[in-house]
Amino acid sequence: MYGVSEEQLEKIDVVLTDELLSLGVHCVIVIDTAGNTISQLDRGQCACDVASFAALAAGNFAAVDAMAKLVGEEEFSLHFHRGESESIHFSKVNDDLLLITIFGNDVSLGFLRLKTAEVIEKIKEIWG
Amino acid sequence: MGFINVRKKEVQIKVVFYGPGRGGKTTNLEYINEKFKERIKTEMVSIKTHGDRTLFFDFLPVDIGKIHGFDIKIQLYTVPGQVKYNATRKLVLKGVDGIVFVADMQKERRESNLKALEQMRENLLSHNKDMLKIPLVMQYNKCDLKDEGVELLSFEEMEQDLNQELKAPTFEASALTGYNVVTTLKKIISGTMIAFRKELQ
Repeated sequence: MYGVSEEQLEKIDVVLTDELLSLGVHCVIVIDTAGNTISQLDRGQCACDVASFAALAAGNFAAVDAMAKLVGEEEFSLHFHRGESESIHFSKVNDDLLLITIFGNDVSLGFLRLKTAEVIEKIKEIWG
Repeated sequence: MGFINVRKKEVQIKVVFYGPGRGGKTTNLEYINEKFKERIKTEMVSIKTHGDRTLFFDFLPVDIGKIHGFDIKIQLYTVPGQVKYNATRKLVLKGVDGIVFVADMQKERRESNLKALEQMRENLLSHNKDMLKIPLVMQYNKCDLKDEGVELLSFEEMEQDLNQELKAPTFEASALTGYNVVTTLKKIISGTMIAFRKELQ
């Protein structure tokens, strides 16, 4: 069992709000690789069941990670699924954490990727 | 590994139902889902094959209330039991806090129980976890088949095969009828909570 301080969680939420929610993404979730939800923020546009989503996302990421190793890659650090109105972007923060953003067609994928890269660095620093 | 969220005052715990194929792991979760409908706010997630066998895992989150002001959220998972899915079983065990080993009491499944237990030991080791140290409950499932004339192993034979070294709490059960399913669940939750308390101290 592990935990992080209230201050660390607060800082992570500030980064997610300032850098990603402000961009227009519908929902942003930080999970650990066991499927626990560390932080979840949305703009009231995301009605998904976060616990199930986190379990599936962690499983999906682990499966793709195992596939990467089978083809001789260290990892596939980025996954992206495009839907008609909602898309999902997964990225690895470090060995423990994954960052997931759910966003609509009004958000540019390129810009989101740039922002996500910045957010990952900030979360890494906070997480320690 | 369980996660304590001090901000939301919440503890998340991962319990995995592990065991040989067609042993009743999914049926355990289905029974729990039905029994505690009011407490489970979401749908049970199942990733199945076309033949209705578990392909990746089943997932069922259960809120068990508050302890010392913290909401305790138990996340129940199953693994796919079929022999060929070991890579997936290993993935599901990542971060596990407690295990229910669902063994099949049918005599013809004796070998499968032993193989599954040995493979679980290896899979846990790959996550640097010792099977003898992790909270674990043994469930000897399908005891109801006795009434249908199916040849079953005795409780003592099951203990001899699977629990000599582990010395885990054990229940004969029937996931199909629900007999001892909730007892098994309560035991693994209490075992996991005791382990957490020790860890925190």
